[in-house]
Amino acid sequence: MPSILSLAALRTALEVGFVYSLVALALFISFSVLNIADLSTDGCYTLGFAVGATVTLAGHPFLALPAAMAAGAASGLVTALLQTRLGVESILAGIIVNTGLYTVNLAVMGWSSNLSLYGSPSLFALAKGLSTAGWWAKWHELILLAVILLAACLLVISFLGTRLGLSIRATGDNADMVRASSINPAFTITAGLCLSGSLTGLGGCLIGLLNKSSDINLGSGMVTVALASLIIGESIMGRRSMAGRVAGVVLGACLYRMIVAVAISTSLVPTEGFKLVSAVIVAAAAASPQGRRLIALHRQKRAAKGKGGAAPC
Amino acid sequence: MLKLTNVCKTFSPGTVNEKKALEEVSLRLEPGEWATLVGSNGAGKSTLLGAVAGTFYPDRGSVVLGDEDITFWPEHRRSREMGRLFQNPLGGTAPHMTIEENLALAYLRAGRGRGAWFSRIGRADRDFFRRRLAMLDMGLEDRLTQPVGLLSGGQRQALTLLMATMVPPKLLLLDEHTAALDPAAAEKILALTRQVVTENRITTLMVTHNMKQALELGSRTLMMDGGRIVLDIRGEERRKMTVGGLLDQFRARAGRDLDNDRMLLS
Repeated sequence: MPSILSLAALRTALEVGFVYSLVALALFISFSVLNIADLSTDGCYTLGFAVGATVTLAGHPFLALPAAMAAGAASGLVTALLQTRLGVESILAGIIVNTGLYTVNLAVMGWSSNLSLYGSPSLFALAKGLSTAGWWAKWHELILLAVILLAACLLVISFLGTRLGLSIRATGDNADMVRASSINPAFTITAGLCLSGSLTGLGGCLIGLLNKSSDINLGSGMVTVALASLIIGESIMGRRSMAGRVAGVVLGACLYRMIVAVAISTSLVPTEGFKLVSAVIVAAAAASPQGRRLIALHRQKRAAKGKGGAAPC
Repeated sequence: MLKLTNVCKTFSPGTVNEKKALEEVSLRLEPGEWATLVGSNGAGKSTLLGAVAGTFYPDRGSVVLGDEDITFWPEHRRSREMGRLFQNPLGGTAPHMTIEENLALAYLRAGRGRGAWFSRIGRADRDFFRRRLAMLDMGLEDRLTQPVGLLSGGQRQALTLLMATMVPPKLLLLDEHTAALDPAAAEKILALTRQVVTENRITTLMVTHNMKQALELGSRTLMMDGGRIVLDIRGEERRKMTVGGLLDQFRARAGRDLDNDRMLLS
């Protein structure tokens, strides 16, 4: 039996899965922790790529990541200010920023709809030069991504344990209580969305560097992908400790990407069907708790009928 | 400690729903004073507390705490100086966070300095939390890492009380904080409240629907009707006052019987 996924395909799936993990982590903060549906993800992801690629092309490969993160944080800041200072509905704030970012991204990319990094020394190219070993040439991208993802996860876990992190979590959990305990919800929402935006920007930058080229539509559909990862992760891990939940997010993102890779490599669906597959996976994952409830109810009904309702509990 | 001067608040002015909730309310609470507040339905008791807590800003008048005019301070800024307990026992805690995380949040009030935002719960904090929780005598000190959502209403309200007073506030606002609890839990929370408030000599304003409580607890009883404070007794006059006397006083001043669908007369 031929393997469903070749080693190379598995590696690529993991690489992309790790990038998705960063974006899923961003949505974990905005969606799960802060309880805000931030829909600016698509634009913010492309922004990360646009800034990272432009900085890399300008000859500063090491600055690419911090620059992309700063840009993402700035995007998060705008979304947050719209909500907290101007009273714009959170979903609307995200959509507005997302729309505006399209033009911003074009501007950052020098009014061109795509950028190519072929031949310029990107972070990955520099990492590849560290060793001439054959395995390193194949695996350096995955290793570098793993290191970055690990650092991001540890940072997020540790941050959510600080008093600011706790305040952000409480804001999403019980806003009344936060106001009564002297925390300014406007501030915690802003801090949370900035962190979330910087992670999304980092993800966009890394995927751009990894693919060596991309266009203005890079981010389209990312919010669905990240939500899928998040929901898969949460349905696997449940509500555990913070570290467990973050691990669940990464697991969910990698698993999601595997499912997509298998679906495409087995030619079950054509490559063009990628977005539809994503949507179906999200819908299935999001509906799974309800499905489980319905099945449980069905069993309960059948059991109750079988016993005639007279059996002792 | 707390001084309200001519505070007025009208909700939905100029509409059919216009409601004059507070009319020229003036009140002065001395440091360490514990006043209870009773009144009929819609008398403005909770509105008065809201004006102090900053849930809304008054149309006229001023609110002074200590020697600072806080009339237009936002809610969260006032919360540094005030502890609040809501009627809803679930309102003061974050259900998906653990007991120690909730306590750490309340503890924020103490550490206002730089870097406090990034400090974490340390061993010393945990010991401190455990000692304070032990005072509640509910076994919560052994459940520090459990989510608060698992606790009963009474336990959550006890935790809220602890959180509100861990760093003794200048003012404690209690809005019928035992009304939604079963009698045993209410009794327990009341005893704890009495202990915490008297030990730390916290200035307290407490809304209650229990007339007996209103006369027994604290050192001063206020009665509201139609957005005004109609009765204010303390000292000898209060010691001699009975529940029946309180009702007579209300009738004399408001021109009708006291009606409060939750009123407990015994």
